[in-house]
Amino acid sequence: MKKLINQTDDILDEMLEGMVAAHPNEIKRLAETNVIVRSNAPIKGKVGLVSGGGSGHEPAHAGYVGHKLLDAAVCGEVFTSPTPDQVYEAIKAVDGGVGVLLIVKNYSGDVMNFDMAADMAKDEGIKVEQVIIRDDVAIANPEDRRGVAGTIFVHKIAGAAAESGKSLKDIAELAQKTADNVFSMGVSLSPSIVPASGKPGFELKEDEMEIGTGIHGEQGIERKTLKPADEIAEELVQNLLKHMDIKNSRIALMINGQGSTPLMELYIMNRKVSELLNEKQAEIKKTFVGEYMTSIEMAGCSVSILKLDDELEYFLH
Amino acid sequence: MNLTTETAKQWLLAAGRDMQENKGYLSELDQAIGDGDHGHNMARGFAEVEKKIASKTYDDVGGVVKDASMTIISKVGGAAGPLYGTAFLKASGVWKGKAEVSDEEFAEGLKAAIDGIAQRGKSEQGQKTMLDVWIPVLQEAEKGNIEAEQLAQTAKEAMEKTEGIEAKKGRAAYLGERSIGHLDPGAYSSYLLFEALVEAIEAGGEANG
Ligand SMILES: Nc1ncnc2c1ncn2[C@@H]1O[C@H](COP(=O)(O)OP(=O)(O)OP(=O)(O)O)[C@@H](O)[C@H]1O
Ligand SMILES: [Mg+2]
Repeated sequence: MKKLINQTDDILDEMLEGMVAAHPNEIKRLAETNVIVRSNAPIKGKVGLVSGGGSGHEPAHAGYVGHKLLDAAVCGEVFTSPTPDQVYEAIKAVDGGVGVLLIVKNYSGDVMNFDMAADMAKDEGIKVEQVIIRDDVAIANPEDRRGVAGTIFVHKIAGAAAESGKSLKDIAELAQKTADNVFSMGVSLSPSIVPASGKPGFELKEDEMEIGTGIHGEQGIERKTLKPADEIAEELVQNLLKHMDIKNSRIALMINGQGSTPLMELYIMNRKVSELLNEKQAEIKKTFVGEYMTSIEMAGCSVSILKLDDELEYFLH
Repeated sequence: MNLTTETAKQWLLAAGRDMQENKGYLSELDQAIGDGDHGHNMARGFAEVEKKIASKTYDDVGGVVKDASMTIISKVGGAAGPLYGTAFLKASGVWKGKAEVSDEEFAEGLKAAIDGIAQRGKSEQGQKTMLDVWIPVLQEAEKGNIEAEQLAQTAKEAMEKTEGIEAKKGRAAYLGERSIGHLDPGAYSSYLLFEALVEAIEAGGEANG
């Protein structure tokens, strides 16, 4: 294991200190927690947005704390969901009196920890709604689908809507609509190494790739010989389009790097993906190419497609 | 079985030592069908339990178990944190105010713990989770005249059986049939927990003369 770290036990703490040092005007860390909140939290009369999960996915989620985005991010240990008391502290810190929306990726740990925190907050009289993101089509059963890079669209859309002064109920519905219309799928070329274990999460031969990996390197649908980018793009798009009809629709697109894949390769992927989507007569309104939801140093990318309507497009602009 | 407040405390401390000793193995089991953090989560959490309870004196079994549950909830994380935390919290409710719990009360506490896990995890027996250990242990305990040794033996056999089950809950479920042939890490840590009980009971017996 070769990493720019000090002690493995200090990784989370030191990363958060570094983040706050970089953006002291925008964010702060809640004392004695691993929660990052907007420096002006709570904002009176504005619905608070809280997300979070295991660390190692930076910029998710602490990097999305800010104007027209999240009010708080709860950061767990690397690839381990945060505990309910931390989520609860985040909820309390950002409640501006009109309630808090929790944006949760569908991983059993995250779902349970956020759910416990929601119960704790409700007991204290705070209004809490939750939206669970399930965008990873590599899992067949829709209920079991993992939450991956599509979550970022929810942050952006719900964040803009919250800033505009919408109610908790409206924002929860809008977030749910976003979640229902976003689909993602990944491909990985090499694994990530969780610092505490020091070992790769899975093994791939030099000429192999895995289609459909989750953001912690969970096994995907198929492991096979690495192919040229255009063929991989085609396979991912084909899989995504089994779940959505984009003909003559407006869409937003995200080509997300998993951690150690250069932008150069992401643009090569985007070239083919956007070509294929244009062929399907989809109108790509907005494209995001870059690292939005990483998996430490995993190599590869994910493709997310969000089908837009007027409202989603308006808040994503 | 003689479960006094002091024995309960020794039970949790012994469990912590077992989690620490088996940290690498538990994470290895989790590496095969999950994300490789289970041993680290459990060891980190139980180390905090030790810090919390070791030098405190308690009047009832519920008190020490509740302190452990709150610590587990706030320190373990992952899926195991809310599940073990909820389990101990529910059991502590049953054992509240009792300086010693009878066999019947012990079984009642286990039952409450299992209901807590099942509700929080939306899970049931046969899905390759910790419940596949807890439920057979409860069934054994409900027979009455509990021998800790027998509970641990039941836990061990139940844990071994998870190897043949296909995972339906938690991360391992993503593997579907490929999860067969591996022990469930949460089932293994639950087995360690019941084994620690034997040790605490035996040591307690000696201490009492
Ligand atoms: N829904 C559930 N019901 C009961 N037990 C569960 C459930 N989900 C997971 N488990 C148990 O938890 C164990 C895994 O715990 P662990 O601490 O590794 O959590 P995790 O899934 O890695 O969480 P995270 O995804 O947040 O890292 C499994 O082996 C299983 O026994
Ligand atoms: Mg795990």
